[in-house]
Amino acid sequence: MNAEVAAATATPEKKEFWRWQENTWFDETKNWKDAKIITCGIDVGSVSSQAVLVCDGELYGYNSMRTGNNSPDSAKNALQGIMDKIGMKLEDIHYVVGTGYGRVNVPFAHKAITEIACHARGANYMGGSKVRTILDMGGQDCKAIHCDEKGKVTNFLMNDKCAAGTGRGMEVISDLMQIPIAELGPRSFDVDVEPEAVSSICVVFAKSEALGLLKAGYTKNKVIAAYCQAMAERVVSLLERIGVEEGFFITGGIAKNPGVVKRIERLLGIKAVDTKIDSQIAGALGAALFGYTLMQKQGAKAA
Amino acid sequence: MIANYGYKDGSGEYYISIDTDKCIDCAAERACLTACPKNMFEIITDDYDDEVAWVKKECTRALAYDCAGCKPAAGYTSLPCTSACTPGAIKHSW
Repeated sequence: MNAEVAAATATPEKKEFWRWQENTWFDETKNWKDAKIITCGIDVGSVSSQAVLVCDGELYGYNSMRTGNNSPDSAKNALQGIMDKIGMKLEDIHYVVGTGYGRVNVPFAHKAITEIACHARGANYMGGSKVRTILDMGGQDCKAIHCDEKGKVTNFLMNDKCAAGTGRGMEVISDLMQIPIAELGPRSFDVDVEPEAVSSICVVFAKSEALGLLKAGYTKNKVIAAYCQAMAERVVSLLERIGVEEGFFITGGIAKNPGVVKRIERLLGIKAVDTKIDSQIAGALGAALFGYTLMQKQGAKAA
Repeated sequence: MIANYGYKDGSGEYYISIDTDKCIDCAAERACLTACPKNMFEIITDDYDDEVAWVKKECTRALAYDCAGCKPAAGYTSLPCTSACTPGAIKHSW
């Protein structure tokens, strides 16, 4: 078979439009070896896993990647990703806190704390003490949280029965539209008239409805806009159950999608607090900060 | 802290709320544990090291069905869990 025939008969490579950007970061202006207390938070979620390192109570570095097929390996890989970059070993970390769906399966964790408490603590660090209402739009669930000025949870509500209003729902639409997931938000604003939200709450039916809209002559951008609006309406109804206070903060992967965020802000009539830190690491960051507080308490007791 | 356990789906909102501030020093001697015919409540140590009741994880996605037997349609005039919880820490959203 010559090269031309081989090329013509080869199966085309399947593009994964839903695949979001994994990333690693650390603060190059600091040296972790100067820190007295190094703590780590590992958030093993249903879709993504993050490892965050905190040195003396300040964010030092993190690694965010897709969750694998088992929690212990996902936790190890997430932490290894950042440790390799900075030349750190597990023995250098004083305390590890696990959080997220797989929190009880983090083999090297000293303690497991729910993602609700960790997201509130992380949001308090990222957005400051003014943060009172947190919306966490995770991979396969959605949480509405109220917290006090210290990031302690005062009220929470979680919906993990249905994938509507979650990152997974957005991944499904990304694949269906064959548009990279990072482009969905900006493209949802590229419409002449804002469409009605897709009416189906369920992701499976929303997918069918989106196909129907395409057949009816909607452009891809218009379908994406209708889906972003539906997602925004869905999470706003969740938020309204516990009420929304000023100091509104969004965590999780969907916080990176302006198509959903701007529509949530429009529906609520308030603007979300901005942050320069990756919204996806809030849970792991909160876990690492809990670890730091626990280490300080232990030190105080020993003294 | 108000902890809401449950879900919202196409048929409605089904949440059991527990006010953990009222639950910590339970004046009803944890009567919710025995009052619920489905044994949905359990005492746990929460993230802030307080011993409080919560709705078992395996029950939170089927409240509409599991609690149906205690609702007015089943002959009850008041919910066994909320009646047993004299401090008033437990509430149903539906």
